[in-house]
Amino acid sequence: MFAALANPLRFMAFSRWAAPLLGAAAAVAIGVGLVFGLEAPPDYQQGQTVQIMFVHVPAAWTAMLAYACLGAASFVSLVFRHALADQAAKAAAPLGAAFTGLALITGSLWGRPMWGAWWVWGDARLVSVLVLFLLFLGYLALRASIEDEAKSARAGEILALIGLINLPVIHFSVEWWNTLHQGESILRKGGPALAPVYLLPLLLMGAGYSLAFGALWLARTRAEVWKRRATSLALQAALA
Amino acid sequence: MTLLVLPGGKYGAFIWPAYAVSVIAFAWMILDTILRARRWRRRARELEDERRRES
Repeated sequence: MFAALANPLRFMAFSRWAAPLLGAAAAVAIGVGLVFGLEAPPDYQQGQTVQIMFVHVPAAWTAMLAYACLGAASFVSLVFRHALADQAAKAAAPLGAAFTGLALITGSLWGRPMWGAWWVWGDARLVSVLVLFLLFLGYLALRASIEDEAKSARAGEILALIGLINLPVIHFSVEWWNTLHQGESILRKGGPALAPVYLLPLLLMGAGYSLAFGALWLARTRAEVWKRRATSLALQAALA
Repeated sequence: MTLLVLPGGKYGAFIWPAYAVSVIAFAWMILDTILRARRWRRRARELEDERRRES
């Protein structure tokens, strides 16, 4: 499937219907997740702040998904010199930055009433997610600062691939170090630690955020394809 | 329904800003994506029409 979509014409035909379809599925999943989430009872320890979980955790998951997509697209672009993969990488970065920023802000709003602090520099989970945010911003700044498109792509790809090291660090930070941030509560031995009344809306919101990222990623990649086409036509017109 | 009670008890000042900032982030992502796609598609089509007229 991915090989077929490597053709820009096929990708444009596919994404034309896939992006709105994913967007609609995202809206349904987020809508239902919100209804269940806002009706969930207060947690015995965290009270009603547990409702922040339904926007914070999906944002953090999607931020990591966005970086994995940025890394994968950068790898394909670097190895196969594929223009569409580079456009996909460029399209993923601003969305990833937005989801990571969202995870940091909502996490801070959850941390203040629970830990008594907006931010804790000694916490490995918090700092590794901040590093992820800086990687997205660094990628965007690097791409914007180099005028030569090929050089800009190579520099971005190398940064994106180096930054992939941060993904397992984020995931395992709560196991490798003592952190204020709570430990793994979904993908752990013995099953999820969350009661179904919290788990269901969380999974729905997680699916909704991921689908929304998918829809927006496809739409932004389409915009990058149009941009490249316009730039190429403008160049041809100038040379004629 | 909890949603109608809204304030979120003594933690409302933390819960609702978290939801508000999420709505703002999504609104920005959706609007920026749609406007960007429209702008470049329009520009590419203008240049294609121009080239067709000239040839």
